[in-house]
Amino acid sequence: MQQFFQQLVNGLTIGSIYALVALGYTMVYGILKMINFAHGELFMIGSFLAFTLIVSVGLMNIIPSPMVGLLIVFLFVACLVAILGVLLERTAYRPLRRSTRLAPLVSALGASIFLQNAIMLIYGGGYLVFPENLVPNINWNIGGVNIGLMRVLILFLSLSLMAALYLLVQKTRLGAAMRACSLDHDTARLMGINVDRIIALVFIIGPALGAIAGIMVGLYYRQINFTMGWAYGLRAFTAAILGGIGNIPGAMVGGLLLGVFETIGAGYVSAAWKDAISFLILILILILRPTGLLGERVAEKV
Amino acid sequence: MLANPRKPNKLWYLYLALGAGALIYPLVANAYWLDVANFFGIYVLLGLSLNIIVGYVGLFNLGHAAFYAVGAYTTAILSTRFHVPVLLLLPVSAILAAFVGYVVSRPILHLRGDYLCIVTIGFGEIVRITLNNDPFGLTGGPNGIMGIARPELFGFRVYQPLHYYFLIWFLVLLTIFALKRLENSRIGRAWNYIREDELAAAAMGIDVNRLKLLAFMLGAGLAGVAGNIYASKMTVIAPESFSFWESVVMFCIVVLGGPGSIPGIMVGALGMFVLPELFRGFVKARMLVFGLAMILMMIFRPAGLWPAQRYREAVREEEDKRLPADQELKTTSGGLKG
Repeated sequence: MQQFFQQLVNGLTIGSIYALVALGYTMVYGILKMINFAHGELFMIGSFLAFTLIVSVGLMNIIPSPMVGLLIVFLFVACLVAILGVLLERTAYRPLRRSTRLAPLVSALGASIFLQNAIMLIYGGGYLVFPENLVPNINWNIGGVNIGLMRVLILFLSLSLMAALYLLVQKTRLGAAMRACSLDHDTARLMGINVDRIIALVFIIGPALGAIAGIMVGLYYRQINFTMGWAYGLRAFTAAILGGIGNIPGAMVGGLLLGVFETIGAGYVSAAWKDAISFLILILILILRPTGLLGERVAEKV
Repeated sequence: MLANPRKPNKLWYLYLALGAGALIYPLVANAYWLDVANFFGIYVLLGLSLNIIVGYVGLFNLGHAAFYAVGAYTTAILSTRFHVPVLLLLPVSAILAAFVGYVVSRPILHLRGDYLCIVTIGFGEIVRITLNNDPFGLTGGPNGIMGIARPELFGFRVYQPLHYYFLIWFLVLLTIFALKRLENSRIGRAWNYIREDELAAAAMGIDVNRLKLLAFMLGAGLAGVAGNIYASKMTVIAPESFSFWESVVMFCIVVLGGPGSIPGIMVGALGMFVLPELFRGFVKARMLVFGLAMILMMIFRPAGLWPAQRYREAVREEEDKRLPADQELKTTSGGLKG
């Protein structure tokens, strides 16, 4: 039982990271009806930029308080990746908005390959290792379950970001405009909404959240590699499908659930099959319940 | 308008020249370049097999390496364990891969576009992970399987690059001939119809699900053939040869070359496989260039380098439709008066 709770805590930690990345997929899908394959790469670039700031620039030595230093890293990297996200949309997706459905898909795949290899050429193909103890190594032991400060911070940060996004989308005028765009671009335009700006906004928020998730992975696992965007991206996408794509709370629930499934599966079934679990869930969900757990949108049938 | 297919085409001279070139090539090429031609042939086969699914029917499949793997591993396991002749395993690999294609595609055919693409990615990854995890000690885990036999026919053993050159290109030619026939048959036209408008095709009495299944099975079976050749050519196979990137390369061959177009597939395979071979020095930047090429192609030449005739017309029509649609919008809002 103790082991179960430990796995649960581990699963929620990694699940909240999946959820943050999944939000980027689900928002883009909600508004543009396309899968932004390059989103995982933006997530990966987030952690590489953080690595550059922390290790190559040595930001943590310049700034006395580690927490302030980390905060600067998070904000700065999120801004950079958001800019990259907007650039990506401008160059690779916007020219294709009125073309067939195959075109943006291929273009997104191309962008993903391009970004991944660009990072490989710049940083090399091996693993990069984050320094130890960027977050103080404090652990609490509650009923035999080991909970570190790192995990608490990850959970807290991602849950509050998700809550903020939820409020933004549900309670503000901007959020109403986003929801309008997700229903119908032309009608939204008739209502005086600048659709291009809303799309740009989605490509700011999504990549920024992804970048934050990327930094957290760097801090938590400490090892980063240029292929990680693909691995996490596909899982996050599974999370988005699990919750119902296009549905923001769905992505959060899906991410947390997937994280828990995966760690419990790896703990109780077999670690070697851990990667297969998420793909199996993905396929089963699409076959059995394509709308996802909380989904309103139906996976296109006709 | 369709060009009259009976009209003697200038392209025939090109094909003749290419055929003559292919016969002279082994005389001038050394073993290394013969092997380049051999792998080019294998990729053409793979491209053609994926083309049935992606090009003819318009179903996105990014897990094609899985079928290729099924063919290769079937050959490898049966050849090393039971010493079944490799040439006999060619149809066995094809049938087994086609069967896997059937089992996999059956429940997911109703999905379209991006969803199908994602499911096939997931399936491809599951196959790769399975091969890596060595179920029942069959696949040899990450090291793969060694010591696969060579094909033998009436006592003639195929093992030199030159032998393979003729074996592979004979298969490629046979496949092209068969696909060309298929393209213009009832089935081929029905496939194109499904790609252009599934609903209308169904309304015209085309059994959409059955034809999609057929496309998946044929494509998977042909990939199984390629897998058989690959396994006997290499004599060693490992899961890393069937990774997601392999699927991406096949997908790129089809999409960049021209979906639905057989010469397009040749051009695509040439671009994806032979060009990098020529620029070995830039091998690291190879995928970077491919990524960029994919984006640029979609923006400037969405139907591929050598588009299929039918595809070309579909795209042109799409362009024509855009203008009247905009006009229609204006007239309807003005027409509210009456």
